[in-house]
Amino acid sequence: MFVNMDADHSRFKKIIRGRVKSDLKGYITRGNLVTRLHQGGGRKQRVSIPLPSIELPRFAYGQPGENGSGTEEVGQGKGNVGDELKVAPGEGDKPGQGGKPSDKESEKVLEDAITLEELAELLGEELELPRIEDKGNKASLHKQRKSYSGIASQGPDSLKHFKRTYRTALKRSLASGIYDPLKPPVVIPIREDQRYRSFHVQEQPVSQAAIIYMMDVSGSMGEEQKELVRLSGFWLDTWLTSQYKDLERRFIIHDATAKVVDEKVFYRTKESGGTLISSAYRKAVEVIDKEFPADEWNIYLFHFSDGDNWSGNDTEECLHLLESVLLPAANLFGYGQTESRYGSGQFYGELNRRFGSEEKVIIRNMTHRDDIIDTLKAFLGTGR
Amino acid sequence: MSTFSTQLTPELHNMSRSIAECAKAAGLDFYDTIFELVDHKELNAIAAYHGFPSRYPHWRWGMSFDRLAKTYRFGLSAIYELVVNTDPSYAYLMRANPLVLQKTVMAHVYGHVDFFKNNYWFSRTNRKMLDQAAHHAGVVRKFIDRYGQEEVEGFIDICLCIDNLIDIHAPFKVTPKHDHYTKEPNVQGPSKLQAKKYMDNYVNPKAFLEAQQESLKKQRDTQESFPASPQRDILAFLGQHAPLKDWQKRILGIIRDEAYYFAPQAQTKIINEGWASYWHSKIMTELHPLCDSEIIDFCDLHSGVVAEQGDQINPYRLGIELLRHVKKRWDEGKYGLDYISIDDPKKRKERIRFTGQGEAKLFEIRKWHNDVTFVDEFLDEDFCHEHKFLIYRYNPRNQKRVIFSRDFSKIKKKLLDQITNLGQPIIEIVDANYKNRGELLLCHKDTGRDLKETHIEGTLKALHKLWTRPVHITTHVNSEAKKCSFDGQSYDTVKL
Repeated sequence: MFVNMDADHSRFKKIIRGRVKSDLKGYITRGNLVTRLHQGGGRKQRVSIPLPSIELPRFAYGQPGENGSGTEEVGQGKGNVGDELKVAPGEGDKPGQGGKPSDKESEKVLEDAITLEELAELLGEELELPRIEDKGNKASLHKQRKSYSGIASQGPDSLKHFKRTYRTALKRSLASGIYDPLKPPVVIPIREDQRYRSFHVQEQPVSQAAIIYMMDVSGSMGEEQKELVRLSGFWLDTWLTSQYKDLERRFIIHDATAKVVDEKVFYRTKESGGTLISSAYRKAVEVIDKEFPADEWNIYLFHFSDGDNWSGNDTEECLHLLESVLLPAANLFGYGQTESRYGSGQFYGELNRRFGSEEKVIIRNMTHRDDIIDTLKAFLGTGR
Repeated sequence: MSTFSTQLTPELHNMSRSIAECAKAAGLDFYDTIFELVDHKELNAIAAYHGFPSRYPHWRWGMSFDRLAKTYRFGLSAIYELVVNTDPSYAYLMRANPLVLQKTVMAHVYGHVDFFKNNYWFSRTNRKMLDQAAHHAGVVRKFIDRYGQEEVEGFIDICLCIDNLIDIHAPFKVTPKHDHYTKEPNVQGPSKLQAKKYMDNYVNPKAFLEAQQESLKKQRDTQESFPASPQRDILAFLGQHAPLKDWQKRILGIIRDEAYYFAPQAQTKIINEGWASYWHSKIMTELHPLCDSEIIDFCDLHSGVVAEQGDQINPYRLGIELLRHVKKRWDEGKYGLDYISIDDPKKRKERIRFTGQGEAKLFEIRKWHNDVTFVDEFLDEDFCHEHKFLIYRYNPRNQKRVIFSRDFSKIKKKLLDQITNLGQPIIEIVDANYKNRGELLLCHKDTGRDLKETHIEGTLKALHKLWTRPVHITTHVNSEAKKCSFDGQSYDTVKL
C-alpha cells in the first residue's frame, strides 16, 4: 500500500501559515483540540491545542447555537423535560464536524493522556521550531553521572550479570574439561565465575537555563491580557523544558516598582498604579547577578507589557539597561506587547527603533489569542 | 511508504477466511474483500482520502489528515476500520490493534460489504471507483502541469463550495431524451382565418387577435423558461450551461462524479452502520464465538462503538437498536393492521404471536431502505420511549443543553429533518435567465431550518465565478423570505 500524503499535507500547512493562496484566508478557523496532560502523580491538566482548518463556504444548515439557525436538536438520554442533558465526557469539546461525511470509519475516544515531552515535541513540530543551538562556552558546569557500563568480579547480587556469569562459567568448564557435549549441558558457576555490573562515574557538561518572566501588572493590564501572557508562558515553558535538563524560572511583576514573586502570584496579581518598566529590568539585572552568572547560564528574558511607560526618561533608562547588561547576558529577549486600553503603547516603537535589527531581541504585538502561535514562533523560531 | 508487506499475517488471514465462511453461512452475500494491514499513519492518510490511496491533489485531504493525525496523537480518537465500496472491496486494518479488535472489524466489514453489494441505493455506484479515482487524479495532475497549481486548485475550491448541490435521486431517474429541435417555437403572430379584405375586421376581430397574441406570448415565455422545470442537480446544470473552459468542465464533472459516488454512504449512515454492527455482534458472540479471554475486551469495544452520546445521535446505536427492534417485532408477529391499530402500549407489548420472520425482515430492509425510509417506517413510539429520545435546546451563552421535549411526533419529525437530503438544504435552480438577463436564480426550499448566514455570500461568490453573471438565491431567515444576490461587485439582501 502506497499512500503519499506529504504534498497535500504541506500544501494545507502552507495555506494555514498564509504563505500561499491568501484568498482562503477568510475561511481559516482556529478551533481547539482539548486533551489532557499528565503532570505526574496521576494528575492531569487540560490543554488545548490549536487545530486550524479551512471551512469553505457552502449552502448548509448552521450548527446548533449559531446565530440564525435552529437551536433545537435531537438527543438521547435520561432526565425530565427542563433538566440539563448529560453529555458523554469529552464530547462537549468536540470541534465542529468536518464537511462531508466520509467513508465508513469508527472512532473511539481513547483514554490516554499525553506527556509534557510529547506535547513539546508536537509543539516543535507544529511550529517548525529549530532545536536550540548548543553554546559550548556556557557549559562550564559539570554534573557527575553514574553509568553502568562496566563489568566487575565483585558486587551486590542485585547487579549480577547473568549472561556474563554464565559465559565465564562455560569457559571455565570447557577449559577444565568438565563440560561434556554428549550429556545434557550442565554449567554450574562457582564463586570466581560471578560477574557484576559496575559503574563508572562520568563528568557531563550540563547546560542550564533560566527563564525570567517579567509582567506589567499596572492597572491597564486586563484579564484578557493576562490570559494571553499565561498561555504564552505555558508554551514557552513547555518548549524550553524539553530543550534543557535544568530549567530555573523566576517571575517578576512590576508596576512602578518591581518584585520577584512565585508563579501563582505572577499570574494572579492584580495591581494598579503606573508603570516604570525600568524597575523590572533593574530587578532582572539583580536576579542575574545574584543567581545566574551569565557565563554559566542560558538566560531567557520574556517581558509582557502594554507598553505604557510613564516617562520618556524611564524608557531611556530601560534601553540603557538592556543594552549594557541584559542583552549581553541573555540568549534571547522577547517582548510581547498586549493591546493597551488607555495609552499609546509607545514602548514598542522605542524598542523597535533601538533594537529592531538586533538578533537577540524579538518584539511582538499580541492583541488576540490567535497571535499566541505567531508570538511563540517568533520567540522560539530563532533557535537561540 | 510502508516497509512492511501489507499482506495479512497467516493468523489474520485464516481468521478472515473463517469469519467470511461464517458470515456467508448466515446469509450475508458480499464481494471478495481484501484486507490490508497498515500502520496508523497510513490509515489516517487513507481515511483522509476517503478510502482511496490515490486522489487528485488538493489541500483539503491534507486538512483532514492533519486533523486525524492530531486527534490520534493527542489520544483523542482512533479509527478502527475503513472499508471501500468497490468490487473487490478493500478494507484496512490497523497493525497496532489487538486481535479481538481485528476480528470484530473483519466481521463488521463483511456486514458493510454485504450492504454495499445488495442495498438498492448503492446499485448505481461505480464499483471500480478505485481505478476511477486514480484516473481522476491523473487528469487533474495533467491540468496542473498545463495550467498551474494555483489556477486548478482555485477552481477545485470553487467547485467544492457547491458540491453538496446535487440531486441524490438523479442516478435513479430516467431522463426522457430531449430534442430541442422538434418544437419550433411559434414566432409568427396568431393565425388568422381567411377572409376577404373588407370582412377581415369582422372575421378576425382586433380584440380577439390581441388576446391570442397575449396568450401566445405567455406560452412562448413558459416554453422559453430555462430550465423548463427546477433543477436539483446544480453541478450538472452548471457543467452543461455555464461558460466554462473544457478543462474546467472536466473538473466540475470529476467533483460531481465523486459527490454522487459518496452520496449513498451519507444516505445510509444509520442503517449501514446498524447492519454492520448487528452482524459483528452476532458473528462474534453467536456464530464465531470468541474465547473466554476475549469476551470482556469485545464487550468493552462494542459498548464503546454503540455508546449513547447524549447530545448527538450515534448512528451505530440508532441503527443496531432499530434493527433489533424490527427483528423482535417480526419475530413476535407484531405487524399488520390488527397490531398497528392497538392503541394501548401495554396491550401492544403483550400481543405476541411467534412467527420468526425477524431475520427475513432484516434482509428485506437491507435490500430496499435508506436512512430516511428506515427511520420513517420503523421508528415507532414504543422505540422512541424505550430509547429515551428527546429534543434539547442548546444555549450557547452558558453552553448548557436543556431537555425541551419528549414528544414522539416532534422528535421523529426533527430526526427526519436532520437526515433528509443527507442533512443538506434542498436547493434548486429555478431560473437561469432571470430578469431575462441571463442571471441565475436559485431557490432554497423552506423546511424550517435556516441556511448558515455567514456562508451565503461566499457561496454566491463561488457560483458567480462559474456562472459569470449575477447570481441570486431566495431563502428565509427566521421564517422571513429573503433574496440574497451577488452581482460580481457587491452582495446584498432584500426582504421579499
